[in-house]
Amino acid sequence: MAQTKDTSHHPWLHRFAVLTALFTLALLGVGGLVTSHGVGMAVPDWPNTYGYNMFLFPISKWVGGIFYEHTHRLVASFVGLLTAMLAVWLWVVETKGRTRKIGALVILGVLLLMGGLMGVREHKVFLGLAGVAAAGMCFSIYQFQRDGYELRWLGVLALATVILQGVLGGMRVVLYKDELGIFHATLAQLFFALICGVALLTSSWWRRNVPLSPSQTKSRSKAAAFVSRNLRSLLLATTAVILLQLVLGATMRHQHAGLAIPDFPLAYGKLWPAMDAESVMRYNQQRQEITAAHPITAFQIGLQMTHRLVAVVILIGVGWCAQRLRRELGGKHPLTRLGWFWLATILVQAALGAFTLWTNKAADVATAHVLVGALSLVTGALACIIAFRQSAPLRAAPASAAFDLTRPESGARPVAAQK
Amino acid sequence: MKTKTILAALGGLIVSLQFATAGDITGKITVSGKPPAELEIKAVASDVNCGKLHSEPVHTRFYVVNDKNELADVFVTLKGISGKSTGASAPPLIIDQKGCEYVPYIGAAQTGQKIVVKNSDPFLHNVHPTPVNKAGGNKEANMAQMAGGADLNFTFPAPENFLRFKCDVHPWMFSYINIVDHPWFAVTGKDGSFTIKNVPPGKYTIVAMHRKAAPAPAGVEKEIEVTAEGAKVDFVLEAK
Repeated sequence: MAQTKDTSHHPWLHRFAVLTALFTLALLGVGGLVTSHGVGMAVPDWPNTYGYNMFLFPISKWVGGIFYEHTHRLVASFVGLLTAMLAVWLWVVETKGRTRKIGALVILGVLLLMGGLMGVREHKVFLGLAGVAAAGMCFSIYQFQRDGYELRWLGVLALATVILQGVLGGMRVVLYKDELGIFHATLAQLFFALICGVALLTSSWWRRNVPLSPSQTKSRSKAAAFVSRNLRSLLLATTAVILLQLVLGATMRHQHAGLAIPDFPLAYGKLWPAMDAESVMRYNQQRQEITAAHPITAFQIGLQMTHRLVAVVILIGVGWCAQRLRRELGGKHPLTRLGWFWLATILVQAALGAFTLWTNKAADVATAHVLVGALSLVTGALACIIAFRQSAPLRAAPASAAFDLTRPESGARPVAAQK
Repeated sequence: MKTKTILAALGGLIVSLQFATAGDITGKITVSGKPPAELEIKAVASDVNCGKLHSEPVHTRFYVVNDKNELADVFVTLKGISGKSTGASAPPLIIDQKGCEYVPYIGAAQTGQKIVVKNSDPFLHNVHPTPVNKAGGNKEANMAQMAGGADLNFTFPAPENFLRFKCDVHPWMFSYINIVDHPWFAVTGKDGSFTIKNVPPGKYTIVAMHRKAAPAPAGVEKEIEVTAEGAKVDFVLEAK
């Protein structure tokens, strides 16, 4: 296990993580615009752009769909750079000596390798890179839980994820695979949640309010209160359903079937639309699609109906979570406030879903739907992290834990619960 | 060598006799019901390049119909014929990109026939055919075509109805090309008429297909008999 530099708070590291999260949200927005405008293939080559090194592509040629797709690639590259810097920073903070030097050099080496691959056109090289990145993700998750939940492994995980994400985006273009676009969109949401998680775990709020070790529990604030097992399960299940909903949404968007049912709250004028072959044929005859000109299928109609039903489940689930948090922790507890914020995002998200249909899938409305969906996932994920951490059994922080993310010790109970 | 020459001469004679007795199928297609109003493609006017090429709003082309209800862009073909393609020796089908629109909107070609895509616009497009019959060997491609750039050539080995060409730079641009395995097909003109030339005498099933008019996309089928004088058949499709 690596040795620690210090255990003090790093406010600039936290700010940098927040900055990375904000740029990731912006990246999600630009990516959403690419799909909403149906221009994911506007730049036919990758990693080059119309034969140019993507950083040298003339601004005069950023026209039509190229503008969105090329901007997406540039912002993605910048987020990749920020992620690499965050990974190095976390590594340097939590290690010293040879471990620090080797780790930092490896991460910088990966960054240089990515730059060097800009001129490569062999798909096999990138598929191999995707495999290495996926292995890196698994390894960093393993190391994270093995090394006492030290944040530097989350930095490595983020870097591996952003590399895989970039390769998925590129392969979607050059292999003409819509399916890869669905994975690309889902991984983007998970990556955003990961970066937001790092921002939370490096914050001074986390140090003040989350029980870290028995020696620190005396000074922690009232925010550290026990969350029951049932409520934690409810939070986790609701967040998982939101992730499922985002996968459904990504599938609809990348099949360009967001308007498979054009009306709302009814569906083709009914509570449940007819989905037989003759009806689907009639729907297609009546569709007047300007961009997503592809016949819809019964599967896509079913997908949208599932999306609607899951939305109702989420609304009930989040409302229930907010109510349970208020009852267990009181109205002023930060988790309760987060619960109400979560409910607000779901209500806004439902309204945006309806407006997406009512505006014939206007690109800005559909993209806002994607962004608020991402925020609702992140809110659920952060609520889970806080609830599980606050309620976990405690043990003394190991000497190596710069951010005091102690591993729960079996049999111990949180001080709040003991009271 | 001598045998080959005789066989070739016989083959040529048979083909000549076929054309000598072959007839044309002619007809007209009308639409019943009231087609929905076409939508304005507002993105054309707002696009920095495309907007300069149009003084009038550009609309969708779902139903190209005149005041006599005669319907253009209907694909008419003989059904159930395969392996008769003469696409390799047929003149190419030309698709142009003009004013940020594909012209023609609906076209047809044989398997193996060259499809040439031109760019008459003073800026780039990307040409992106998205075949569905990939199992048959039709391949998706996505190629940039600069202003004044060389023509792009495509061929498709397998039959497919309404194979979509799109431009992702200008995502409202579409062309649908029907690929068939024989030379007996046509696309109706603005007056709804069509002519399928040089059809050998015999009984056939003829089908008329439109992207939107019912029954779409299967189309309306009719049984016909073609003689040396040809045949005449009209269709009525329905706007719903």
